[in-house]
Amino acid sequence: MESLVPLPVVVPLIAAAVLAAGARWLRRGVDDAIALATAAATSVISTMLVVRSLDHDLVYWFGGWTPRHGLAIGIAFDVEPLAASLAALAAVLATASFVYGWRYFDEVGTLYHVLMLTFLAAMSGFVLSGDLFNMFVFFELMTVCAFALIGYQVHSTAPLQGAINFAVTNVIASFFVVTGLALVYGRTGALNLDQIGRVLSGEGTDGLVVVAFALLLGGFLVKAGAVPFHFWLSDAYAVAPVPVCVLLSAVMSDLGLHAIGRIYWPAFSGVFSGDVDALRALFVGIGVLTMLVGGAMAFFQRDLKRLLAFVTISQVGVFLCGIGLFTARGLAGTTLYVLADGFVKAALFLAVGILVYRLGDGDELRLRGRGRNAPVAAVVFFGGAFLVAGVPPFGSFEGWSLLVRSADDVGYGWLPAVLALGSVLTGGTLLRAAARVFLGWGDEADPLLSAEPPPSEEEPDVSSSRISPPLLFGPALALLLVGAALSFTPQLSGEATRWAQRFQDRPAHAAEVLAGRLPPVSAAPPTGTGFAPYGFGIASTVLAVGFAAFGLYRRRLPALVRRGTARLLDPPIAVLKGLHSGIIGDYVAWLTFGVAALGGVVALIAR
Amino acid sequence: MSYLPYALAVWLFVVGLYGVVTSRHLIHLTVCLMVMQSSSYVLLLSIGYVDRGTAPIFADVPKGTRAVDPVVQALTLTDVVVSVAVAALLLAVAMQVRRRHGSADPEQLSAVKG
Repeated sequence: MESLVPLPVVVPLIAAAVLAAGARWLRRGVDDAIALATAAATSVISTMLVVRSLDHDLVYWFGGWTPRHGLAIGIAFDVEPLAASLAALAAVLATASFVYGWRYFDEVGTLYHVLMLTFLAAMSGFVLSGDLFNMFVFFELMTVCAFALIGYQVHSTAPLQGAINFAVTNVIASFFVVTGLALVYGRTGALNLDQIGRVLSGEGTDGLVVVAFALLLGGFLVKAGAVPFHFWLSDAYAVAPVPVCVLLSAVMSDLGLHAIGRIYWPAFSGVFSGDVDALRALFVGIGVLTMLVGGAMAFFQRDLKRLLAFVTISQVGVFLCGIGLFTARGLAGTTLYVLADGFVKAALFLAVGILVYRLGDGDELRLRGRGRNAPVAAVVFFGGAFLVAGVPPFGSFEGWSLLVRSADDVGYGWLPAVLALGSVLTGGTLLRAAARVFLGWGDEADPLLSAEPPPSEEEPDVSSSRISPPLLFGPALALLLVGAALSFTPQLSGEATRWAQRFQDRPAHAAEVLAGRLPPVSAAPPTGTGFAPYGFGIASTVLAVGFAAFGLYRRRLPALVRRGTARLLDPPIAVLKGLHSGIIGDYVAWLTFGVAALGGVVALIAR
Repeated sequence: MSYLPYALAVWLFVVGLYGVVTSRHLIHLTVCLMVMQSSSYVLLLSIGYVDRGTAPIFADVPKGTRAVDPVVQALTLTDVVVSVAVAALLLAVAMQVRRRHGSADPEQLSAVKG
């Protein structure tokens, strides 16, 4: 049973090696089939891991190096349902993306499949690792694969720029992670997360622990794309090939957040146990800022992929708030939100891909009204936009209800209203784009949107056929439906809360991992939601429609109103856009500033 | 145990970072990134250092010989391998940028912004 555990990493890696070795002899189509079968098998294995770990974690020690007398020397994979479900999400999306890529690319080369499979293995390994150093190794592997995939279309400048900005910031992030883990190892002599937690919880905080925690936190926040570490994300996702964007946007960003939970609860929750309130304020602060910056920047985009990239950033902010509530409901709600939202975002990216494939363009203004004869893309895009806006009771609604309840539990009753604002901004912007592209509504020009991207040289490798085949719209529709229907899984929120409680109970978790002592199976806590989540969902949907109308017909407002708001808002908008300069030196400066600030704040908190 | 290795690690980090932030050439930028990375090697190795310890090879030595920590050495090796892979890719992309764009200055490379 436990021998399943390493398979989500091993299977794609072996397939990738086979494909790489046989690249010269494989005909086009064979590599697609092998890659697709591998990703599908990985989805099945990861889903089985979720089912198997429902009551107890599956802990797998590589090479049989089990802990002796509670001391871990070996390397472990620690499978709990929340992590395994993220691994399953990654594998399912990889499967969908291989199906889609079959027709999307004309000529892509076996190397693409090799990179995608390695990327999948890295993501699975990253979420399942129970060991700080392995997390770092998989973190780096994700970076290398994603770097090559983002810059895969080397014929044009934009992907190269996006890839460089991605690689440099993420390499520095992994440098922060490795420095942080070196300090932790120097202090505790352990790399296993639960072992670290055991050593640290017996002692007070000191400078070393604070610096190490801030470095690890900063490193993972870069991967997640939280403000001010988010700059690379919009550059990279805007230029990566659509099937790659699916994995990047819907999974990789969220893995960064998951990693924060994964290091915090087993390793650091003991030593920071007295500072939870202050840490909560810090996380929620960063989260709200990220949500607002992402939402606002999304509104100023006309390139649909870049728009979706900023939507991703905005949602990362919401998730950061959810994890940062430091409650079981918050963690469970965030994970459910991430899952549903991952499917929806993936479907949205695939819909944009259909537009690029059929019409050779991904620019909102140039596409105005031209989407009329792409009905499937229209359905997916409108559906996805409404789901992002938070229409109850679909999609992320279960997660959302848990977040609302959790915020109430810890006295942050105002937070759901603020987070709903994020859904208004992102959902409204997506609805605006959908209405402009598919219905031809709104003005032909909008000076507020960022400069016109160069005429479409961005996807030179796509097929020239102009009918969208089922292999393209099939995955998009399927992902949208799965995402929308996820909230109807019976008992989901109660079960997820139970898993989160199990994960957050540090002593019990450590006993389970290090000594193999299985904790008793607890019952799922009650999950009555009340009317509040519905209220927020309906309000955010209605306001999102209003915001979309504002985006479309803003210039028909009375001149007086327009001039007044322009005078008030133009300077901050110019500053905000100017910050996203596309220059790597600026981004690294922000990154350094962010980590230094984090360190300062954590030091103040832990004093 | 002296503080020199730690000071060296901090120094390498700061110089490398300065280079990355101010760089006007992608190859220069990649090298600066490598300098920054080497700071983590120094840090890792100095954490595992034991005064008058030998290499952690436990053949033909009496039991109880002082040896440096092999774990951090393994970590450093992995770290080196990983950063070499990244450097190779970055250099390849830098070449491609120069070929496509006619310049390797990251500040002139602004196809995406705003």
